[in-house]
Amino acid sequence: MPMIRHCKAYVFPIMDQSTVVIEGIGLSSRSSNRLRQARSHVIRTGSKKKFMTDAHHADSQQLVEWMQRLAGCQDRDAFAGLFAYFAPRIKAYMMRSGSDNAAAEEFAQEAMLMVWHKANSFDASQASVATWVFTIARNKRIDAFRRINRPELDPDDPLLQPAAEPMQDDKVVEDQTARTIAAAMDQLPEEQAVMLRMAFYEDKAHSEIAEETGLPLGTVKSRLRLAMGKLRSLLGDIEL
Amino acid sequence: MTAAHSVAVTPRMAEPVHHLSEDLLLDYAAGTLDEAASLVVASHLTLCSACRSELSRLEAIGGALFATMPPMDLSAGALEAALAALESSDLDGLPASASQKHAADDRKASILPRAVQRYLGGDLDTVAWKRLGMGIETAEITLSNSDEAKAGKRSFLLKVPAGKAVPQHTHDGNELVLILQGSYKDEIGTFAKGDVAISDGSIDHRPVAGEGESCICLVATDAPLRLTGPLGAIINLFVRV
Repeated sequence: MPMIRHCKAYVFPIMDQSTVVIEGIGLSSRSSNRLRQARSHVIRTGSKKKFMTDAHHADSQQLVEWMQRLAGCQDRDAFAGLFAYFAPRIKAYMMRSGSDNAAAEEFAQEAMLMVWHKANSFDASQASVATWVFTIARNKRIDAFRRINRPELDPDDPLLQPAAEPMQDDKVVEDQTARTIAAAMDQLPEEQAVMLRMAFYEDKAHSEIAEETGLPLGTVKSRLRLAMGKLRSLLGDIEL
Repeated sequence: MTAAHSVAVTPRMAEPVHHLSEDLLLDYAAGTLDEAASLVVASHLTLCSACRSELSRLEAIGGALFATMPPMDLSAGALEAALAALESSDLDGLPASASQKHAADDRKASILPRAVQRYLGGDLDTVAWKRLGMGIETAEITLSNSDEAKAGKRSFLLKVPAGKAVPQHTHDGNELVLILQGSYKDEIGTFAKGDVAISDGSIDHRPVAGEGESCICLVATDAPLRLTGPLGAIINLFVRV
């Protein structure tokens, strides 16, 4: 796990927005090798433009380091890295849930501001950066679409029942789950994967999924259960 | 997601026996669960570390699905706009911690999770109980989503005196009950502090509160319950629980 770097006084440069987008997520090992080379090239040359390009595929260690720099010294460079990686995903998530382009973009920006303001509450031993940002984007969606503040537990509640076994604080939850899950999703029967995407991406309750697919509610629930069971068994060894 | 820092001081109570269903946790993780049910889920999560780790697992799957979404580029200048917004707010004013210290920390611990207190605007002593008869009292919790409220979704606190019974009834919709104090027993089993009872139309029961102290529950429901005992049909006309 990278140590928090010494904070430097840093004047934020205006970034070049004309970045090259690398499409696709399921990288072949050859293309991911190319990315790794590109990344080391960026580190050598310090090129901002390439840095932004690469940020579409930042690895989990890089994300954690950015979060630590953001929490530790409000490092704008780190924020820019996180923004380049997550804002386009939050926008995609909002559009899948029914936002138009302009609204999705606004929500993505607002969610990223929450990332900035809540950076101190990120705990690398509790969740991966992607999972943490997902919960922020999800809560933003609940807030924006349903106009409610999601009821959540208060981590400082005196009633909070402590975990049976103390969490290991020195362990960083890895984003490797992203790749493992992408592979696991490929193994799911399409009928199950579709339900999972509808539930997570499209803001659809089970009853809405049933309505839309014309399947009985029980079938929707059982397919979702099967899908989650399969994913969990594939991820079983990863202590989350 | 939970933070582990501040939990060490809390004495352990018995872990709940009756937990949230996977369906409920999945919907809560995905963010599609209605507000009333979410309040029960958040309250049970406070009292149950097992369901908290289950939720973490589901959220990790959500996070991984999220990370694999094909990104959609923002328009030029989006980052600069976000930074400008930070500039105009208090850039240096990072909150020290997400949570504020409650004045109530030094007092006797409440039975109400803070998730519930936020809705009530205070602790148990601020609750305006309404008598239903037979010693049973309720207090409505005002939800912020009026559409869901119009669709019949409600949340309320229910207090049943020690040893007393709730009349025999069934449910037209779904009902979630979280025990916050005391216990009750019915045809399904015994439910004590932290336990969740999940009921639908297939359950026809007559819960009896345990002896010793009154049983206080947090309830979420999407339809009124229907009394099924001998006098039920008549009482149904007058009482809407």
